[in-house]
Amino acid sequence: MSQINRIDGGQIDRTQTLKFNFNAKTYTGHPGDTLASALLANGVRLMGRSFKYHRPRGPLTAGSEEPNALVELRGGARAEPNTRATTIELYNGLWARSQNHLGPLGLDVMAVNDLFSDFLSAGFYYKTFMWPAAFWEKLYEPVIRRAAGLGALSGKADPDTYDKGYLHCDLLVIGAGPSGLMAARTAARAGAQVILTDEDFRMGGRLNSETLEIGEQTGADWAADTVAELAAQPNVRLMPRTTSIGAFDHGIYGAVERVSDHLHRPEDGKPRQILWRIYTRQTILCAGATERPIAFRNNDRPGIMLGSAVRSYVNRFGAAPARQIAVFTNSDDGHKTAQDLHAKGIRVAGVIDIRKDAPRSDAYDVFAGSKVTDSKGRLGLRRIEVERADGTRHWIDCGALAVSGGWNPNVHLTCHQRGRPQWNESLAAFVPGGVLPPGLSVAGAANGVMSTAGALRSGAAAACTALSLKAMPDLPEAEDAPLSITPFWHVAGKGRAWLDQQNDVTVKDVKLSHQEGYRSVEHLKRYTTLGMATDQGKTSNVGGLAILAELAGKSIPDVGTTIFRPPYTPTAIGVFAGRSRGKAFKPTRKTPSHIWAEEQGAVFVEAGNWLRAQWFPRAGETHWRQSVDREVQATRGSVGVCDVTTLGKIDVQGSDAAAFLNKVYCNGFAKLPVGRTRYGLMLREDGIAMDDGTAARLAEDHFVVTTTTANAVSVYRHMEFVRQCLFPDMDVQLISTTESWAQFAVAGPNARKVLQKIVDPSCDISNDAFPFMACAEITLCGGLRGRLFRISFSGELAYEIAVPTRYGDALIRRIMEVGAPYDITPYGTEALGVMRIEKGHAAGNELNGTTTALNLGLGRMVSQTKDSIGTVLSRREGLNAPDALRQVGLRPLDPKDKVPAGAHLMAATGPVDAAHDQGYVTSACYSPTLGHHIALAFLKNGAERLGETLRLVSPLTGVETHVEVVSPHFFDPQGDRLRA
Amino acid sequence: MIINHPLLGPRDASEFTYLGDAALIDRPDPDTATAARDFYEYQYLRDNPAGTLRELWYHEAGDRAWLVVTRNTLTHEITHVELARDVARKAGRST
Amino acid sequence: MHSLPPQTALGAQSAQQDVIGTLSLTEVPDVAIASVAARKGHEAACAKTLQKLLGATPPGPGEMTGTTPYAAIWMAQDQWLLCAPLHSHEDIASLLKEEFGADASITEQTDGWACFDISGAAMHDMFERLCPAPVRSMQTGHATRTTIHHIGCYLMCQDGAFRVMAPRSSAGSLYHALIEAARSVS
Repeated sequence: MSQINRIDGGQIDRTQTLKFNFNAKTYTGHPGDTLASALLANGVRLMGRSFKYHRPRGPLTAGSEEPNALVELRGGARAEPNTRATTIELYNGLWARSQNHLGPLGLDVMAVNDLFSDFLSAGFYYKTFMWPAAFWEKLYEPVIRRAAGLGALSGKADPDTYDKGYLHCDLLVIGAGPSGLMAARTAARAGAQVILTDEDFRMGGRLNSETLEIGEQTGADWAADTVAELAAQPNVRLMPRTTSIGAFDHGIYGAVERVSDHLHRPEDGKPRQILWRIYTRQTILCAGATERPIAFRNNDRPGIMLGSAVRSYVNRFGAAPARQIAVFTNSDDGHKTAQDLHAKGIRVAGVIDIRKDAPRSDAYDVFAGSKVTDSKGRLGLRRIEVERADGTRHWIDCGALAVSGGWNPNVHLTCHQRGRPQWNESLAAFVPGGVLPPGLSVAGAANGVMSTAGALRSGAAAACTALSLKAMPDLPEAEDAPLSITPFWHVAGKGRAWLDQQNDVTVKDVKLSHQEGYRSVEHLKRYTTLGMATDQGKTSNVGGLAILAELAGKSIPDVGTTIFRPPYTPTAIGVFAGRSRGKAFKPTRKTPSHIWAEEQGAVFVEAGNWLRAQWFPRAGETHWRQSVDREVQATRGSVGVCDVTTLGKIDVQGSDAAAFLNKVYCNGFAKLPVGRTRYGLMLREDGIAMDDGTAARLAEDHFVVTTTTANAVSVYRHMEFVRQCLFPDMDVQLISTTESWAQFAVAGPNARKVLQKIVDPSCDISNDAFPFMACAEITLCGGLRGRLFRISFSGELAYEIAVPTRYGDALIRRIMEVGAPYDITPYGTEALGVMRIEKGHAAGNELNGTTTALNLGLGRMVSQTKDSIGTVLSRREGLNAPDALRQVGLRPLDPKDKVPAGAHLMAATGPVDAAHDQGYVTSACYSPTLGHHIALAFLKNGAERLGETLRLVSPLTGVETHVEVVSPHFFDPQGDRLRA
Repeated sequence: MIINHPLLGPRDASEFTYLGDAALIDRPDPDTATAARDFYEYQYLRDNPAGTLRELWYHEAGDRAWLVVTRNTLTHEITHVELARDVARKAGRST
Repeated sequence: MHSLPPQTALGAQSAQQDVIGTLSLTEVPDVAIASVAARKGHEAACAKTLQKLLGATPPGPGEMTGTTPYAAIWMAQDQWLLCAPLHSHEDIASLLKEEFGADASITEQTDGWACFDISGAAMHDMFERLCPAPVRSMQTGHATRTTIHHIGCYLMCQDGAFRVMAPRSSAGSLYHALIEAARSVS
């Protein structure tokens, strides 16, 4: 029983046979088939169950507008739910199964929902599940989720990859039907760079599905020849299997190319899909039109399809949906279907035309002025009921019904910006209207031009206009009959007539929602869910509008329209992610000592995009604090080393370099001598602290500025703003040198002894020659150029030494080697943090975007003798109130207590609430130097409150302890060590 | 969006970072009696028109030029792009 | 001569080389780089020195001029990146300071960048998957900053090949992106 409904002709390759599996059964088809056409050829019409009522459904269409034939494609981790059988290109070994049913497809237990349809009408959820609230999560939702819905995700990581890409062209043509091919050909022959996209794997659009002629050729042959001509031209990029999903600003279009979906699995290294960003000067939308159905009682049975779909299956795929097919139409389109079927030897069971003046035929029955009123067939159409002009009814046997209700131009991309489709009375359809995306024009059926000759003509004309070509090309001859249509949306009567087959919305639902007061289209959509399924109502929106208009006694344009958002068809999240997955989610920046630190077993932490060593565990250390405490004690006791390359470094040069720094830092730099470094605080213009760092003056007109790791980019941006926008004629030049220098902090009482073995003897780094805050360009290790800064974040005698980055790895190894006699210890960001808290240095937790220099205890740094960014607004009264927050230190009264960051300070007695809040903890740690926990905090009027006892509370974590307010400089407050 | 950079031609907006109203170029004189008021208005009071707005964009992933982009906030149409430095000079900020 | 051995941006002793299909990827570790920014009021003098060094008009926006020993890439208004062979110009910043004197600010950039050369029939296909630059219309002498997987890079076209320069600390991420794109189009 192989391919019983396969008929002659079509654009399939019968020399090859493909095997595929649907619902555990093996079938055969041919290259050129879709899954739907191959199943129909095998006599399978039932392909799925509907969303809500679990009604048996087959394909309604032969394209991407398909609401019904949704299947799960592929198994295992590659499983993809909700793929349209009508667009899945058949390949050998294809595996698919229907979804949304319990038990076999032919006997779905959940179809019981269909019997309760009266309860599941429009707004059912809103009405039924309003209360009690507790029932919703526990009862209603799980039940509904299981009963209603589409396919399920595999829950496994997608083993395939997705690419992104960027293309540029003069003209983008979307859609390769007659108008698109003609537009592309015209532009290509004129030498323009052309991209032609089409969602189908075979270009040609309706030309492949119709029996019309262009010139002396069949439409399909003309399409094939034109595609071949375009393919041979170097200025043309043909992109089949590529859906243009969105029209974005300024000529940017999104397109998804399905590179490997038609293969058993992607080739090694190749992506499954590519998300293209296409930059184009001009675009012609040739997206064609989508046929729409006519609603009648039980119009959703497998076998009831759009007329255009029946012609596609018969003419293009050589697959007959049935051996006996009836036609229901309101235009001449239906007669075209009947003629094509007759020519293929398929019995036309009758043409039911609502028009009294329907054309006659000798070959089959035509029922003029008639309509289809009902259908029968549990899992597939068996017969239809016809009501004739005189009111009599009879049943006609047929396995398929081709329904033609008119065409809706595919206006979707015209709406992605400011377009608002307009009603066209003669087509009884919306055509593009309003303000289209700049640079976009529309040709062919998408613009309401429904004849083949018209499509060719409008495609060529659009290309001429887009490219300012003078002469129209010669056009081949083709049929040019105007489309005549008698609008007809649904057959009135009892029973359920389906409008939106994917979301199970009926004519009755629309009536009900209108009756309940949902009279705007947007309300109708949300109340009934009409048009809100994965097909976005491509076959149902206009029908729903028409019925709403009928009920409201208005015209369709008066009721309104709905517009469309990207994407045009459902798009996998994976293709938007592209390669940005897992470890490649964002770029990683590695320090010069990274490989060495890995060898030491360092634990790394992300800081910005950098990976920094957080601590260096040693054998026997089981808790991170053991490592951190040891690193702190070793540094304070002898010497430690830390990679500080990640701090932002900005080279500031020019005769106005000092004047410029005076503007960006609130403290003064003009008088900083060459060979000295100074701590600087940058304010935002609103007076809040932005960043801090140091500026080293290497020459009269040359500074090296450091920023915090996290703010390196934003500080550089800010400095460029000040340079270009505020002081455009200062002589100052900026460039980042963060990456150029590997920089290590060497800290501790023995730091100088270690560095004396690194720095060349010609450079005197004794305390007299190279005191605290000195800086110099030096040589080291026998002549390597480097820089040395005597700055200290740890509070110890400390230096930062910098070499060209390529020597960073060698330098850290050399420092460790020469430091071995002093037990030099590498330390990570945690130990760094502990030492700076012990010293009361502010960091990111304190420079948190809400704090001023005053809050930080640095109020006196803000120079009042010069203008700098933030000075004026830092003087605001509110920022200088007597009870302003001030940075203080905290120590627990009980040395065993912790002082957690984020906890709030309250008076020692009294209420604990926001109104009595005294301040909060910003940074906290265990101080191995002091032997108890310590913290930095902001406290109201804190500078005046040293010695006071306060309560520290964190209601969230249940903490309540007593702390003493102390100076934030816990350790060596006089700074004797760092000047040693 | 695409910004037509005065030096580099059309560039994807993803290469830029956005700051806001180009009025930020007009930093007040800090040495006048009204400085406190002027800076308050400069910092906090801005128009938010549905229509044409002059905006500051920074070509962070490009040549690091600050640009003044005249853009319609309703249609995203960009009608004019200048180097912010040139705008600042024209506004008399050279001294 | 100092005693510290250098490391490549990918953390190795020698340059990385890969051949994938028709594509060849080569890490280029031996380029000395410095930025040259004209001082205010010295723009003409700076351009003149630049012209002398290059033997050609200094490159404008989106351009580079490649000569021996110096090649120049336009960075920003009145600012260029100058490249030269590392073995002869290791101390490029000092050499350039001598040339430009007070007319320009010179900053050493040699170790700020990781550099890769890519050539082969599919190189345009490869870069189309990596960056928004109009790679098919780029010709010898074109140089642009662009973004590859969120990494700000310079992309240069010279003698039928592309050169990418990315911040050195991101060399590993860039290399990963290049290899994946090369496989994707091969």
